[in-house]
Amino acid sequence: MISEYLIAGFLIIAGIFGFLGSFGLIKLNDPMSRLHAPTKATSLGVGGVLLASMVHGIAVEGHLSLHEVMITLFLFLTAPVTALFIAKVHLHRHETPDSLPRAGEDGIWATHNVDDGAEDKD
Amino acid sequence: MRLLQRLLPHPILTLLLTFTWIMLANSWTLNSLVFGFLLGLLIPFLTQPYWPQQMKVKRPLKVVEYIFVVLYDILLANVAVARIVAFKANAKRRPAWIAVPLELRTPEAITVLAGTITMTPGTVSADVSAEGHALLVHCLDADDPDAVRDEIKQRYERRLMEIFE
Repeated sequence: MISEYLIAGFLIIAGIFGFLGSFGLIKLNDPMSRLHAPTKATSLGVGGVLLASMVHGIAVEGHLSLHEVMITLFLFLTAPVTALFIAKVHLHRHETPDSLPRAGEDGIWATHNVDDGAEDKD
Repeated sequence: MRLLQRLLPHPILTLLLTFTWIMLANSWTLNSLVFGFLLGLLIPFLTQPYWPQQMKVKRPLKVVEYIFVVLYDILLANVAVARIVAFKANAKRRPAWIAVPLELRTPEAITVLAGTITMTPGTVSADVSAEGHALLVHCLDADDPDAVRDEIKQRYERRLMEIFE
């Protein structure tokens, strides 16, 4: 009985955060800010579903499943990489070295560190 | 010894892959252990050209502490970002770029730091400087960019320094 409430609670939390993550994509008004909503709000959204699934596995089916832990791990490994790729595309197309803060002692960010004139196909 | 090092370029990765395979198979049998270990031998060997130097973890216990600090922060990050998305008007929000100078030099440590920044409160790491001495971070809503930079250095970089260097 308690487990049912627990599962329901996790699913509701997951639903709220999943919705807010997607809503952020529409509501936020510049491309870099839009990147924040899906990378974060969805991690708790997916996390809630996975927690509910684990509780269901233990309480209803009677065995501990570790697949959910793996999904969390893979999510944490892949989310920053996709976010970085999208951010890099944005830097290439919409930012110049002057529109960004100074890159410390190196003077230039890696994305802009390309030879002028050479066609950059990356 | 050198032969062992050539066959096993990343011992930690081998262990991790074996463990991952057992978790994926979801069965604690000799069968999955052996197959997982074979994958753990094969994958580091094949990917070695892309990851030539060996990684050293100086203080393994600190890794556990770091994981819990980051998990806790991810929880807070979700609530903070959700509140900004739901309640804060776009005109009032103050997005900002900040540069975080790095004291870390190990490439693996910088990668972990960049990943952590992306997963935690209102920040996404966007780029690294040409020689790897600074990180470019985008903040969703920063009234005080300097405070954000100091928190990243205090909370995450200091811990990673203890683990990797």
